[in-house]
Amino acid sequence: MTDLAIEATGLTKSFGKTKALAGVDLAARTGTVLGVLGPNGAGKTTAVRILATLLRADSGAALVNGFDVRTQPDKVRQSIGLTGQFASVDEDLTGTQNLVMIGQLLDLPKKAARARAAELLEWFDLTDAANQPAKNYSGGMRRRLDLAASLVGRPSVVFLDEPTTGLDPAKREDMWGVVRSLVSDGSTVLLTTQYLEEADALADEITVIDHGAVIAHDTPYGLKRVVGGQRLTAHPLDPARYDDLVAVLSGIASADGRAPEADGRGSVTIQVDSDEVLPDVVARLRAAGIAVDELSLHLPSLDEVFFTLTGTRSGDSRAPEEVLS
Amino acid sequence: MKKKRFSARHALVLAKRNMTKMVRTPEQFLDVTLQPVIFLLLFTYIFGGALAGGSQHSYLEFLLPGMLGQTIAMSSVAIGQNMHTDIDKGIFDRFRSLPIARSVPLVGAVLADFSRYAIVCVVTIGFGYLLGFRIATDPLKLLAALALAVCFALSFAWISVFVGMTVRSAGAVQGVMILFVLPLSFGSNTFVKPSTMPGWLQAFVNVNPLSHLVSAVRALMLGGPVGSQVGWTLAWCAGLLVVFFPLALRAYVRRA
Repeated sequence: MTDLAIEATGLTKSFGKTKALAGVDLAARTGTVLGVLGPNGAGKTTAVRILATLLRADSGAALVNGFDVRTQPDKVRQSIGLTGQFASVDEDLTGTQNLVMIGQLLDLPKKAARARAAELLEWFDLTDAANQPAKNYSGGMRRRLDLAASLVGRPSVVFLDEPTTGLDPAKREDMWGVVRSLVSDGSTVLLTTQYLEEADALADEITVIDHGAVIAHDTPYGLKRVVGGQRLTAHPLDPARYDDLVAVLSGIASADGRAPEADGRGSVTIQVDSDEVLPDVVARLRAAGIAVDELSLHLPSLDEVFFTLTGTRSGDSRAPEEVLS
Repeated sequence: MKKKRFSARHALVLAKRNMTKMVRTPEQFLDVTLQPVIFLLLFTYIFGGALAGGSQHSYLEFLLPGMLGQTIAMSSVAIGQNMHTDIDKGIFDRFRSLPIARSVPLVGAVLADFSRYAIVCVVTIGFGYLLGFRIATDPLKLLAALALAVCFALSFAWISVFVGMTVRSAGAVQGVMILFVLPLSFGSNTFVKPSTMPGWLQAFVNVNPLSHLVSAVRALMLGGPVGSQVGWTLAWCAGLLVVFFPLALRAYVRRA
C-alpha cells in the first residue's frame, strides 16, 4: 500500500498540434496539500481534468485514492470533489437546490441530501442566500457555493483549480481557511494557483509546471530557497532621492542575488536573505535621511520564480529550446 | 471498463433540475405557447382561404394536426441550445465528475422536455378549439394522437441534443437545426396535400417522418385508416432513437 492519495506518472495530452502536457508526474501524500504552480496555459487545468476523470490522458498513468482514473473512473468519482474555473454551479437554481441535487445524484436519500445542503450552506456562510438563485450571488458567494457543491459527498480528495483567482484579499483568506480545515479533517487537496504566495500559505509540497512539463518539485521552503528568499520593495517619498535609496538598499541585498530592479514607477526591488533585515533597512534609511512612502517585504512573484527556474519570463511563449539556442 | 449503471432516479433528479430552470425563465416557453398560436392564425387566415377553396374552417381542420408536428420539430431546437449552454458554463463538467452514468444528464434533459411538448399539445388543441376545430373521432383517439406526437417529439429531440453536443456555439445549434427542420416541416403534408407537388418532392414527402406523424395524427383526430401510419411513425421514433441517442452520448463523452 502507498500513502499517496494522488499519484500520476508521465501524463501526456495533446489537443491537435498543441501539446498541453508533455509527461507530468504529480504526487500528493494523503492528508496533505499539493500546490501546482504555473502560469496560464502551463497545463494545470488539463492535469486536473485528467485526474478528475473528465479527460483521458494520451499516455501515462494516474491513481487517485488508489483507483486508476482510466479503468476505474467511477471509483475515482466516488472519492473526489472538483471545484474550479470550469466545474460550476447552476445559476438558475438556488443554493439549496444546487446542493440537494448533487446529494441526490450521490444517492443520498432526500432528507439526508437536504441536511447535508443546510450544513454546507451554514459552513460557507450562505444560509441567508440559500433560497436565492445562484445568479444573484456575488463572485465570492458563487465560488463558495461551488466549493460547497464539491464537498457534498465528503470527498477524500479535493481538486481546487485556481480557487482564489479574481477574489479580493479578504475572500482569499476565507478560502484558505476552508482549505486548511479540509486538510485538518483528513482530506487531500490538490490546488492549482498562479501565486507563489498562495502555494506557500497552503501547500505542503509544490510542483511547478510550465509548457506542460514539471520544472521543479519541492517544499515551499525549498522552493523559496531556490528562488532566493524574499523581495523588498521601496519607493522614495521624494523621487529625487531614488539613486540614494538604491545605494542604501544595495548594501543590504543578498550577496548572490539579482541586481536592484526598477519598476518604472519609481520603486526599487531588491532580493534579501530573510525578513530579519527589515530593522536594519529602516535604520539605514533613517541615518541617510531618506523618507519612503512604501516599504514592503514579499515573496517573489510567479514571474520571478520562473525567471529563476527557467531563465525565461512566465509569459514567454517561446519554446525553451529556442531560448537556449 | 466497468460502467456505472443507468439510474432512473438520477435521471429524474436532473429532469427536475431542467424543469426548475424552465420555470425560472418563462420566456423559454414562448416557442411552445405563442408559436403554435401565431402559426395557426397565420396559416388559417392568410393562406387558408386560398389553399382550401375559400373555406378557412376546412383548412383549419387539415392544418391543425400538421401544426402539432411542425411545432414539435421547431421547439426541439431549444434543448440542444440549452445543453450547449450547460457545457459552456461548466455544469456538465460537474456532472461528469460525479459517479453517475454518462447518459443521465442527457436523458434527464429530454425527460424534462416532455413538459414542453405536453404544453404544445394543450395549446394547439385548445387554441384550435377556440378557432372552431373539432375532432371527428373520440377523446381516446385524441389522447392516442397526442401520445404519439409527444413520443415522436422525445425521439426527435435527440437530434437536437446531438447537434448541441457537436457544434461550437449555442447560436449555431439554432442555425443547424433550422436548416434541418424547415425542409422537414414544409416538405411534408403539413400545409398542403402533396398531390400538386412534383414527383421527386412527393417521394421526399412520402418518406419524411413528419409526414407519417401528421398522417397518423390526422387519422386519429379526423377519422380514416390509422394503422400503417402509426406503425411508420413508431418505426421512425425507434430509428431516431437508435441512431441519435448513441451519437449524442458519444459526442457528449468525447467533448472535453
